[in-house]
Amino acid sequence: MKSYLILRVVAKLLIPFVLMFALYVQFHGDYGPGGGFQAGVILAAGIIFYALIYGLADARRIAPDWVVELLLAAGVLLYAGVGVAGILLGGNFLDYFVLAADPVRGQLRGILLVEAGVGMTVCGVMLKIFYMFAGRGEAQR
Amino acid sequence: MESTIINVLLILMAAAVTVLARTRNLFAVVVLFSIYSFLMATAMVALDAVDVAMTEASVGAGISTVLLLAALSLCRSQEAGGGQPTWLPLALACTCGLLLVYGTLGLPAFSDPDAPVHTHVARRYIELGQAETGVPNTVTAVLASYRGFDTLGEVLVIFTAGVGIVALLRRRRAGGGGR
Repeated sequence: MKSYLILRVVAKLLIPFVLMFALYVQFHGDYGPGGGFQAGVILAAGIIFYALIYGLADARRIAPDWVVELLLAAGVLLYAGVGVAGILLGGNFLDYFVLAADPVRGQLRGILLVEAGVGMTVCGVMLKIFYMFAGRGEAQR
Repeated sequence: MESTIINVLLILMAAAVTVLARTRNLFAVVVLFSIYSFLMATAMVALDAVDVAMTEASVGAGISTVLLLAALSLCRSQEAGGGQPTWLPLALACTCGLLLVYGTLGLPAFSDPDAPVHTHVARRYIELGQAETGVPNTVTAVLASYRGFDTLGEVLVIFTAGVGIVALLRRRRAGGGGR
C-alpha cells in the first residue's frame, strides 16, 4: 500500500495521536476508563497500522523483533517481580501495601507497575502475532 | 431511551449475524465481524461499562480484524465447499440459544441492588476502594489490586498465547528452509 498517497498522509497524521492515546490510556487508567490491557492493544494497533501502510520491513525497523520479544517477556516478569517484591519487603505475594512507607502510596505504586507490565506483555504479544502472520505471507510470495 | 438504544443495537447485531452466516465471501465476513464488535462496544457504552467497551472496540474490532485479514491474505477469500445447508447445526444452535434464554429468566432483574453479585464483595470495593488503594476508578482498583492474582493469570495466558504462536510458526519456517 506504499503507493497510496492519501493513506500514507493520513497514517502519518493519525499515528502520533494513536500512540499518544495509548500512553494516556495506560497512565490515566487509575482515573478514567482504560488500563494496561487496552493501552497495550492500542499501542500495538498503532504500529500495525504503520506496518499495513508502509510495509512490514519499515515497521520492523521501528519495533525490531528483539524489542518485541523483550517486551513480551519483560511485562510478565515485571508483574511477577512486583509480587516477589511484596514478599521481600515483608508482605504477601502481590501485596502492594508494603511497597512504600504509606500503604495507599504503596498501592498506587504497585498498581502503576502492574498495569505497565500488563501493557508491555499485551503490546508485545499482539505485535509478535502480527509479525509472525504477516511475515509468513511475505516469505511465501 | 437507554433501553431503546440497546434494543436497536441488539437488532442490528442480530442482522449482522444473520448476514454473516449467509455470506460466503470471507473478506465480507471479516468486515461484518468488525461491525458486530463495534455494535457490541456501543452496547457496552450504553450499559455504562466503558472499560469493557474499550477492550471490545480495540481487541474485537481492531486487532482481531487485522489478524483475520492477515490470515486471509494467506488463503483464498471465497469459502470452499458449502453445498446443501445442514439442519443439525442450526437446530443445535437454536436449542442452545433457547436454553440460554430460559436460563436468563432465573437471573435477578437488571441492575437490581439486591442481586447476589452486588451484596458480596462489591459493596466493599465501592465504599472502601478509593480509600484503600487511592485509585478513583474502581475497575482498575479491582483488576490490579484486589484481584491482582487473577490478572497475573490473565497476563500469563496472553504470554502463553504469544509464545505458542512463536513456537508454532518459527519451526515451520526452519522446516521450510527459509532462514
